[in-house]
Amino acid sequence: MKSWPALLSGLLFGMGLSLAGMTDPAKVQGFLDITGAWLPDLAFVMGGALLITLTLTPIILRRGAPLLASQFNIPTLQSIDRRLISGSAIFGVGWGLSGYCPGPALVSVIYGYNTTLVFGMAMIAGMFGATLFNPKPRS
Amino acid sequence: MNATEVLSPFIAPLLGGLTLGAAAIWLLLSLGRIAGISGILWGVVQGPDRGWRIFFVIGLLIGGLIIHAVLGIPVPGQSNTPLALVALSGLLVGLGTRIGGGCTSGHGVCGIGRLSVRSLVATGTFMSTGALTVFVIRHLIGGAI
Repeated sequence: MKSWPALLSGLLFGMGLSLAGMTDPAKVQGFLDITGAWLPDLAFVMGGALLITLTLTPIILRRGAPLLASQFNIPTLQSIDRRLISGSAIFGVGWGLSGYCPGPALVSVIYGYNTTLVFGMAMIAGMFGATLFNPKPRS
Repeated sequence: MNATEVLSPFIAPLLGGLTLGAAAIWLLLSLGRIAGISGILWGVVQGPDRGWRIFFVIGLLIGGLIIHAVLGIPVPGQSNTPLALVALSGLLVGLGTRIGGGCTSGHGVCGIGRLSVRSLVATGTFMSTGALTVFVIRHLIGGAI
């Protein structure tokens, strides 16, 4: 039964994003506008989230396994490569253009705005587009 | 202005941040998974192992509903970027997060949370290009778009 823990996590995540004001693209662009009328909200959101993850992640990972699954499933890649940098750079340009990143964009679908629906569909199309750049499997 | 007036605009962002940090920690503790939204969404679309990811996304939507419909926090306005640029923005976000292996949540909250250098570099990169993009559209083009 993996459904209820995921539902609970999603529920808290959605509550956190909308409570924090991160589903308001004006606030996100305001945070990124460091030379203009800078809005610090996102710094408090990141600060609050990191306070929790930085403190508790090492304690949890010291356990042999999670509570309700057989093993931890976390990324093992460690290299700082071209994909990491170019992908993140492209993501940042898209993020700055509209003020939406994936989490807030998904939550904002419930607002029913044209922009959030178009953003959501374009984002999924972009994810399919990324498969064209998948690294060739090593033989 | 007293301390409460100075601090009150930041209480909601801070509480929201603590809540989504708790969400990420709960997913790690219970299922051993990373709460990276771009990866979870792609898993829902493409599989494999769709089950828990679908429940996470359903929870995400209900979470937003609870904040606005039950707690009565006003729904924010939409992006004032023209629709064609919003579409471009979505394309770039989808493309970039898959190539770069994560977004604000996966790299920014979970990755930095476990002291991943990769995630720290990714976060620094997308924050920088995001800030640069806002600088260009607000201060170079001057709000023409």
